[in-house]
Amino acid sequence: MADRRTWLCQTAGLAGAGLRGLGGLGFSGVAALSGCANLPASGLARLPSPSPGTDTDGAYRLANRLSWGANDTELARLARLGSAGYVQAQLQPEGPDGLPAEVQAQIDTLRIQRQTPADLLVALDAQRKAADALPAEAARLAAQQAHQKALNDLAREAAHRHLWRAVHGQHQLREQLVWFWLNHFSVFQYKGQVRALLGDYEERAIRPRVLGHFRDLLGAVALHPAMLVYLDNPQNSANRINENYARELLELHTLGVDGGYSQRDVQELARVLTGHGTHSGNPADPPPKLKPEWQPLYQREGVWEFNPARHDFGAKQVLGAPVASRGAPEVAEVLNRLAAHPATARFVSGRLAHFLLGEPPPPALAQSLVQAWQRSGGHIATVVAALVAAPEFLATRPQRVKDPMRFVVSAVRAAYDGAPVLNAQPMAQWLNRLGQGLYNRQTPDGYPLAAEAWTGTGQMAARFEVARAIGSSASGLFKPGETAVALRERPGFPQLARLLYYQHMQRLMGDGTRAALAQAASPQDWNTLYLSAPEFMHR
Amino acid sequence: MHRRSFLHHSLRATAGSAALQATGRLWATTPAAPDARFLLVFLRGGYDALSLLVPQERQFYSDVRPAIAVPQASLLPLHPDWGLHPALLPSVWPLAQRGQAAFVPFAGTHDTSRSHFETQDNIELGADTTPGAARDFQSGFMNRLAQQLLPGGPTAVASGASALAIAFTEQLPLTFRGRLDVANASLKQLPRAGDNAALQAAIAQMYRHHPLGPKVDAAFEVRDQLAQDLGPEMAAASRGAISTKGFELEARRMARLMRDRYALGFVDVGGWDIHANQGAASGPLATRLDELGRGLAAFADEMGEPAWQRTVVVVLSEFGRTVRQNGSRATDHGHGSVYWVLGGGLAARGGAGAVAGEQQAVAHNTLFQNRDLPVLNDYRALLGGLLARQFGLSPAALAQVFPGATPRDLRLL
Repeated sequence: MADRRTWLCQTAGLAGAGLRGLGGLGFSGVAALSGCANLPASGLARLPSPSPGTDTDGAYRLANRLSWGANDTELARLARLGSAGYVQAQLQPEGPDGLPAEVQAQIDTLRIQRQTPADLLVALDAQRKAADALPAEAARLAAQQAHQKALNDLAREAAHRHLWRAVHGQHQLREQLVWFWLNHFSVFQYKGQVRALLGDYEERAIRPRVLGHFRDLLGAVALHPAMLVYLDNPQNSANRINENYARELLELHTLGVDGGYSQRDVQELARVLTGHGTHSGNPADPPPKLKPEWQPLYQREGVWEFNPARHDFGAKQVLGAPVASRGAPEVAEVLNRLAAHPATARFVSGRLAHFLLGEPPPPALAQSLVQAWQRSGGHIATVVAALVAAPEFLATRPQRVKDPMRFVVSAVRAAYDGAPVLNAQPMAQWLNRLGQGLYNRQTPDGYPLAAEAWTGTGQMAARFEVARAIGSSASGLFKPGETAVALRERPGFPQLARLLYYQHMQRLMGDGTRAALAQAASPQDWNTLYLSAPEFMHR
Repeated sequence: MHRRSFLHHSLRATAGSAALQATGRLWATTPAAPDARFLLVFLRGGYDALSLLVPQERQFYSDVRPAIAVPQASLLPLHPDWGLHPALLPSVWPLAQRGQAAFVPFAGTHDTSRSHFETQDNIELGADTTPGAARDFQSGFMNRLAQQLLPGGPTAVASGASALAIAFTEQLPLTFRGRLDVANASLKQLPRAGDNAALQAAIAQMYRHHPLGPKVDAAFEVRDQLAQDLGPEMAAASRGAISTKGFELEARRMARLMRDRYALGFVDVGGWDIHANQGAASGPLATRLDELGRGLAAFADEMGEPAWQRTVVVVLSEFGRTVRQNGSRATDHGHGSVYWVLGGGLAARGGAGAVAGEQQAVAHNTLFQNRDLPVLNDYRALLGGLLARQFGLSPAALAQVFPGATPRDLRLL
């Protein structure tokens, strides 16, 4: 045991000294060293308690559940604000994301940050046409591959931005909910031109509304070109009905499969959705040739368009009531109806709670969340506040296995707390390896929320591989991509024996884990075991 | 002796009799018999069954599918009433000609939600859905079947017996969840054997008294087994063996593992939910069918004799699609589907044997809710009949797998 402490302390010292130059790590490095000096109790005593009357385990659980995973920075933020202030700050995020300057600078250079989806589509279309027109076969193939790579790069940029914010953002609840709503309104990157539309879908349709009113979020998502393309609505037109989007909008996005809609409602909603599609993105393109009486009804914004020639103007009935408006506004009228429906309140608040709790809410809690939803007109932050205030939220309960996203992000947050991750691609690859890649769910149901979905033997074997990759080297996380602003010092392997460990995890660990950690042959193995341990694998 | 009564007779005989083995038609007849192999292939997304198995009576079919009807001249002549999609010419058609492929139209569930997810879950659970029946969402029918096949019988679950079953998927499918721990491993990429025994032992130690402990042990064991069993493939490839890819490669790996180790297998193939421009004799759907067919033929080939004689493969999907084409030269969610049954020991001999189950004409007046194929062959009755026959399950054992279902033997085996 003494040996192990010695090398842990040495590593902590080395890592602390080596990383201090990166900025932001002084606190953790010093704290880890102080923990070593007096394992473990005096390390605890040096930290202010989160707020009067709150036990440290409760504080840990609060930070761990409102964020993608507790780390020293998160615990310090909670300690600084106190529990109530911390919850408030998470429910009403204000100010910048709080990313390290190097990371924010990388985001600022992304193509998806600088160009609108319309501009991207126009440029990509031109690139494709130029490639197809090349006479020499080798040159043509190379140019076509370059076009595909450009599309792939746009999806990759969106994934990196998402992961950077998940690891480093200070508004952690918001970052979690961006993932949750992206998954609730899931789109698959490889359908059509979705890769070029993803960045905008996440950034401008979803992200600003994740804690707002569900109706606003639904409205922004429902007619976004990424969703329309993914669920074939550009092919849905009067007398040529395509039910795909209508069905998933009812089943997955709002009412739920038992929400009381019929096959007829699916067909009627499909008629409501006719005419909503996409165009080239080039504002110079003339509108389609239309009968004079339809010309004033034609609408276009960015890549979205409403083409009255494709819309079914006949009378419609959805969920037992007629649709009063005619043309493009029909969708808004029906979305109002769906968002206000009791089945939506139950289905969507239940999923939200399942995600944040890690398990389906018990019936009484589920009922009180439905009430919070209905009282607030579907205000998401109000529902989350009710959930956080419920005793179930902080209660210790049967441990639920983390899904891959929570596992990977919590591991990187714990391993590289304070060290700016300059390259998020390794994380994106780990998520793909674990079967939960961003924007990679082919079917519109999104990845499963149930913990049981993530405990197969294939998953466990892959988890341990990823734990080893994270624990035993920097894995390219600090190797900047082409757009890097500056070369930085690169840590060799992470320092996981920090305050989080000494203060919280160590006490949560069972004898088997303690024994395994005590026998680790190297700091890399110790890290791997720590990240593989049941106590870390569960939330 | 009539083949059926011969089989019935042999069920009561001892499984290992040399006389029976000489027939080359030996089926595993008791739960302890190690020889029978069953693979379930789940086509997720609801494939358009009416493009696979096409009615020879053309008038109605062509009228309602003007842009997507598979041309009659291109069909493979499976049966007087039904033609097979031409994409299967190089793969499943040769099997069908040998009597090793049969198709059951009008097959499916009585779920009318037309929801992919609801209906897939229902099929995988295989539960009795009549009102009032108990349902357990953590117990899939393939898991219950695996329990019946344990050498010690279902009671051996409690003593930690390991299942002779595996899912070739990234995540454990619902159908294999349940009381028995079943392994899963995607074979899209080859697993690597562990290279750090001490680290692996330490991880296992951490989970020794944890509920996930058996899974963690199995995770390491299966990974190393797979690496070992599939290792020779690498050597073969480097000697310039035929290079395969995609589902065909995956299917060859599956066969190699099932041949030697597993009685039950599961794999899913996605990408069938085509709501726009599905094509006809060629196009996106034809490409999918081609890829699937090549995988199934490769599976049969890699199984080899005699294992393929004792193997049954069932291909199914959550529902069929609309009989009429939709507004986008494709189809929307429907009801009745066509299930495939493949195996070296199938009794099908072409002709009437190649299409099984209750049937009726595909016409205006036979559509379900005026849009879909009806379901005349319930999936639980159909699978139950098949599995009872293949594994020699008693009625009591079968009632554990498909509670409340009445098995229907289509005499395919």
